[in-house]
Amino acid sequence: MALLDVRDLTVEFPTRRGLLRAIDNVSFSIETGEILGVVGESGAGKSLTGASIIGLLDPPGRIVGGQILLDGKRIDNLSPERMRAVRGKQIGAIFQDPLTTLDPLASIGSQLTETIQTHLRLSDREARERAIKWLEEVGIPGARARIDAYPHEFSGGMRQRVVIALALCAEPRLVVADEPTTALDVSIQAQIIELLKRLAREHGMSVMLITHDMGVIAETADRVAVMYAGRIVEIGPVMDVVRHPKHPYSEGLMGSIPSLEHRVERLRQIDGAMPRLNAIPVGCPYNPRCPKVFDRCRVERPNLLDAGATQSACWLYDKVPAHV
Amino acid sequence: MSITRPTREKGALARFFDSDFFYAYRRSPIAIVSSLIAAICLFGALLAPWIAPHNPFDLASLNLLDSFKPPAFMAEGERAYPLGTDDQGRDMLSGIMYGARISLEVGILSVALALVVGVSLGLLAGYLGGTVDAVLMRMADVQLTFPSILIALLVDGIARALLPRELHEALELYVLVFAIGIALWPQFARTVRGSTLVERGREYVMAARVIGLSSPRIMLSHILPNVLGPVLVIATINLGQAIIAEATLSFLGVGLPPTQPSLGTLIRIGNDFLFSGEWWITVFPGIGLAVMVLAINLLGDWLRDALNPRLR
Amino acid sequence: MSDVLEAAHVSRYFDVSKPWLQRVLTGGRRAVLRAVDDVSFAIPKATTLSLVGESGCGKSTVARLAVGLYEPTAGSIRFEGQPLSAARAQASLRRRMNMIFQDPYASLNPRWRVRDIVAEPLRAFKILNSPREITARVGELLTQVGLSPADGEKFPHEFSGGQRQRVSIARALSSTPDFLVCDEPTSALDVSVQAQILNLMRDLQQRLGLTYLFISHNLAVVRHMSDRLGVMYLGRIVEIGPGEDVFRTPRHPYTRLLLDAIPDLEMVGKPRTPVGGEVPSPLAPPPGCPFHPRCPLANDRCRVERPDYTVARDTLVACHAVEEGRS
Ligand SMILES: Nc1ncnc2c1ncn2[C@@H]1O[C@H](COP(=O)(O)OP(=O)(O)OP(=O)(O)O)[C@@H](O)[C@H]1O
Ligand SMILES: Nc1ncnc2c1ncn2[C@@H]1O[C@H](COP(=O)(O)OP(=O)(O)OP(=O)(O)O)[C@@H](O)[C@H]1O
Ligand code: SF4
Ligand code: SF4
Ligand SMILES: [Mg+2]
Ligand SMILES: [Mg+2]
Repeated sequence: MALLDVRDLTVEFPTRRGLLRAIDNVSFSIETGEILGVVGESGAGKSLTGASIIGLLDPPGRIVGGQILLDGKRIDNLSPERMRAVRGKQIGAIFQDPLTTLDPLASIGSQLTETIQTHLRLSDREARERAIKWLEEVGIPGARARIDAYPHEFSGGMRQRVVIALALCAEPRLVVADEPTTALDVSIQAQIIELLKRLAREHGMSVMLITHDMGVIAETADRVAVMYAGRIVEIGPVMDVVRHPKHPYSEGLMGSIPSLEHRVERLRQIDGAMPRLNAIPVGCPYNPRCPKVFDRCRVERPNLLDAGATQSACWLYDKVPAHV
Repeated sequence: MSITRPTREKGALARFFDSDFFYAYRRSPIAIVSSLIAAICLFGALLAPWIAPHNPFDLASLNLLDSFKPPAFMAEGERAYPLGTDDQGRDMLSGIMYGARISLEVGILSVALALVVGVSLGLLAGYLGGTVDAVLMRMADVQLTFPSILIALLVDGIARALLPRELHEALELYVLVFAIGIALWPQFARTVRGSTLVERGREYVMAARVIGLSSPRIMLSHILPNVLGPVLVIATINLGQAIIAEATLSFLGVGLPPTQPSLGTLIRIGNDFLFSGEWWITVFPGIGLAVMVLAINLLGDWLRDALNPRLR
Repeated sequence: MSDVLEAAHVSRYFDVSKPWLQRVLTGGRRAVLRAVDDVSFAIPKATTLSLVGESGCGKSTVARLAVGLYEPTAGSIRFEGQPLSAARAQASLRRRMNMIFQDPYASLNPRWRVRDIVAEPLRAFKILNSPREITARVGELLTQVGLSPADGEKFPHEFSGGQRQRVSIARALSSTPDFLVCDEPTSALDVSVQAQILNLMRDLQQRLGLTYLFISHNLAVVRHMSDRLGVMYLGRIVEIGPGEDVFRTPRHPYTRLLLDAIPDLEMVGKPRTPVGGEVPSPLAPPPGCPFHPRCPLANDRCRVERPDYTVARDTLVACHAVEEGRS
């Protein structure tokens, strides 16, 4: 049984200007010890999916449909207190925004020891030693000397590493990592990725890894989900999605990656922008930008369909001819 | 605030009714109820001379025979005194209305004074840092170690010594306001300074500095809106405290004379009769004070959330 | 070609000691962190200088020095031939520089609407005065970065990280600066939006002659954008030269290790070689060459003597091994 099972998740924002559906019928699962990469257009709903799983959706956002199961038990309808217990012990969270995790008025060391002590019975001294160990593990130089520093005294990347240490120090079973390495340089990135992979391999920790960096995905993830306008448009094994994407959006995405090998005058780009949430076109949400668009795309919305090794939400892969 | 908005072709009132702020208000029952109660208290107090059934300060109209009358709903009550009368035959309802007037005046003015002083000094200390910060915060620390009543007594004493008697009596209310306001500023200053320290390091402040905005402008239009949330809550809590401080001072004989009883004074006077059975003399002013302070508190809480775009 | 920005022997130290009383009581000493240490570079007009390096090596500090947010502890920075502080005192020159910040969450005031955020430089420099013109220009800028004019009504928290970064880019572009400091402008963006933004930045450079100081962790992006490339290590620039040269023939041992550590689509499943060894603390940088504890070419000289720049074609390299021809 999968460790995490997300079924038909739908998230809406009731705003003054109308109901915004930010996540629309998203389903996926993560096995024990598996690393699922999540990529996609910025604003596609990756962070919101992560926030829904860890139960930290900011109001007025709310889950209006679907279920989230951890180990077969629903966690999307737990009370805030129960969810807090689940969050510390079972699910760890690395946020895109270090400011929400770090208290600017408390030292790095006190924040780490506090988290460690709420989950493990340790004396102050042991907890502090463990905090230093975790800071070293995420590659903070001179951890022992800088453990009493405050967040603003750290560089952007160092703050991000503290956030990672905070999420991992309680040794959770699932980690939702929202852009854990975007603020980090390549060598620290390599170290963090090694750490995540080691925890997955040796301790069976599962990871939902949200990132823009295809290199990181290629190297770390077992499977990848590609999101666009609040939906999963393609999901499958990492090699297939990255090397031979099936969905036209995934193709465009992979084509935009700047290459180290040769310098080009202009990068390939997908023209246009993702539709605003209150103006998602009928049919396939990608149809205004899709180079392969055809009539059916403008009227009927595609669900995930088998497309060889991956599943792709695109009418090109419909084996049953359209009854137009 | 100097957040200039592109002007639209609509009138100011229409814009207000269309604003997010009014939208949030309409959808919050707590805000509506508490603002209604606060408005009733305010109007009752402000218009007391015109709408109160009696004038408790008019010694000529007092009749000692009417003293200790219970509220109208009790067996011996009289309709002329809906909430009964006190030991000197003054109508409780009118007394409460006149008293609330004085209490509110002292409370609002002194909290406003503390707020302006505290927020300005807190912003300066947090934003400029260094010596300014050290000096201001030591001042606040020193002041916090004295009970605020003591400071108020001191200020009042100085005013009494410096001002001629008649002038002092005429200005008594403002001396009180000054004394209480000065006692309350450190709390505002410290809160604001703490949040300012955090906000100052954020990159949006740097972005404003890169384009060369002056420090006062950054403090007012960028930092102030971000540190004001807790200030509003403290202000509403302090309003209650200020009203009570005024009552205490009056009790100690340094506040307003008992011929002009504030709510606090009424409660204190009534206390003496609580055990002899005339409970209404203290309970009604007490309820009045509690309801008023609670309504203002709730309103402050709501205002803090309504002004935070994240919580809308 | 004239240099837009010129930094000569610039350093910036931070005093990170514990408070005085605590120091006296616990016997700690003053601690000074050398975030930037003796850095020199020049950026000719209409070109891009990129800085790369490990997190915490001082890139953002250089960026902040370049727009005058920090005063240099030592050294001097000149903008258009004038000392930076003098240049920044004149609105006409100040208007010509702006900065995109690293953190999309902290760089937008949470209490302001996006339209006011983007319009702030327009109002501050009185570039446009009538509300209608400002609204039109803000709409144009938002469209340029792939948002819609109607998004101006929203507050920052209603956007995703990448959308916020685009607001931040629109704000930086609104005063039409010709020198732009970009601290990780695209690391919060997905690759397709990143391609749009980078193409936009290149277009602006070609059309209007913009000059960039560009900071990024993503070496492929850096390679795409830069004319010159500086590699920083522990507050110093250890190698600086034409971008293509540095990428093709990296000379400094650190640059080589850095280029080896890049994750790559081709590397599916394969481990890559992180730069080995302990990252030294900037509080106590190693004596001599700061890279020697991790350097495969280190010898005794490296442990005591700080290397000076060696010129190799158009590239400056601070390494004994390169100077001695051992590399
Ligand atoms: N409080 C809110 N009110 C209204 N809309 C919101 C709110 N929070 C998020 N959204 C919208 O939900 C969508 C999804 O946001 P999310 O943060 O999940 O994107 P993302 O995929 O993580 O993007 P990025 O890669 O840029 O971080 C966005 O279009 C955003 O505008
Ligand atoms: N205000 C400050 N007070 C004390 N130390 C600081 C301050 N700002 C930066 N530092 C220190 O200076 C060093 C360089 O920081 P900087 O932000 O320039 O790094 P960076 O190269 O931009 O890193 P990143 O890639 O992680 O953003 C770091 O060790 C950091 O801890
Ligand atoms: S369904 Fe049609 S519009 Fe959508 S991605 Fe496939 S081909 Fe393009
Ligand atoms: S100077 Fe020595 S230690 Fe430093 S990089 Fe060169 S060879 Fe390595
Ligand atoms: Mg996100
Ligand atoms: Mg930085």
